[in-house]
Amino acid sequence: MQLVDFGGVSIMNSHCQTGGGFALVTMPGDSGSVRSGLERALGSAPLRRLLPCDRERVEVLLAEVLNNIVEHAYSQGEGEIRLLLRLEPTRLCLTIEDEGQPMPQGQLPEGQLPAAEALPEGGFGWFLIRSLSTEVGYMRRGNTNRLDIAMNCEQWGG
Amino acid sequence: MSIEAEVRDGVLVIHIGHDRIDAAGAIGFKERIRDLIPQAPPRVIMDLSAVNFVDSSGLGAIVAVMKLLAPERRLELAALRPAVEKVFRLTRIDSVFTIHPDIARGLVATG
Repeated sequence: MQLVDFGGVSIMNSHCQTGGGFALVTMPGDSGSVRSGLERALGSAPLRRLLPCDRERVEVLLAEVLNNIVEHAYSQGEGEIRLLLRLEPTRLCLTIEDEGQPMPQGQLPEGQLPAAEALPEGGFGWFLIRSLSTEVGYMRRGNTNRLDIAMNCEQWGG
Repeated sequence: MSIEAEVRDGVLVIHIGHDRIDAAGAIGFKERIRDLIPQAPPRVIMDLSAVNFVDSSGLGAIVAVMKLLAPERRLELAALRPAVEKVFRLTRIDSVFTIHPDIARGLVATG
């Protein structure tokens, strides 16, 4: 029998090119673990290859996504968060899964920016996620929430 | 990692010694500053020169400090790093603060 290298693997139902740079980061769904999970994600191969300005955008975007899961999806209990990062030539693809509460009405929040004059202390999360990304998709399958987010990014050396 | 305050030229300067103001640290941040401000003069400037990262919870915590000080005292900000400044600008929260390039220029400004 001959083994064939297809040059990729399937993780969380996403195809990962072995040459493209991918990483899987898992963490418990609490704010302290999210902080360290974010640090691990920033140190992973796909994010180390980004330009500093793009890494900063990813850091804010991921912090908002992961903290929303802690504050909303896992507000009633604990669970795991899985983050898959895949770097393609001109974009970064993120897949985030949890087993918490579904999104209200099974839909993504609109993410309207709260009026600054009202001195809001929150409600910026989905506005920031939508501002910093190019595509966002949500699926609920069984007990699992799945977000697929893409953002345009440049790598060192093009 | 600390938050310390000092009065300089009649202005309370709060130095944020944390690298990040995020969801994990926002409550502790607000509580620490609440302890520092009871006797604050009318002008308070927050020195953010050491802060590399602010998320929406951190942004909300800074707005909360502004509301703790109001209406007698006004919170101003100084020395925002580019990544932090970007979050302020994207959310338009930069429009509700007086933001100084650094503490020295904040102290000589009229507030």
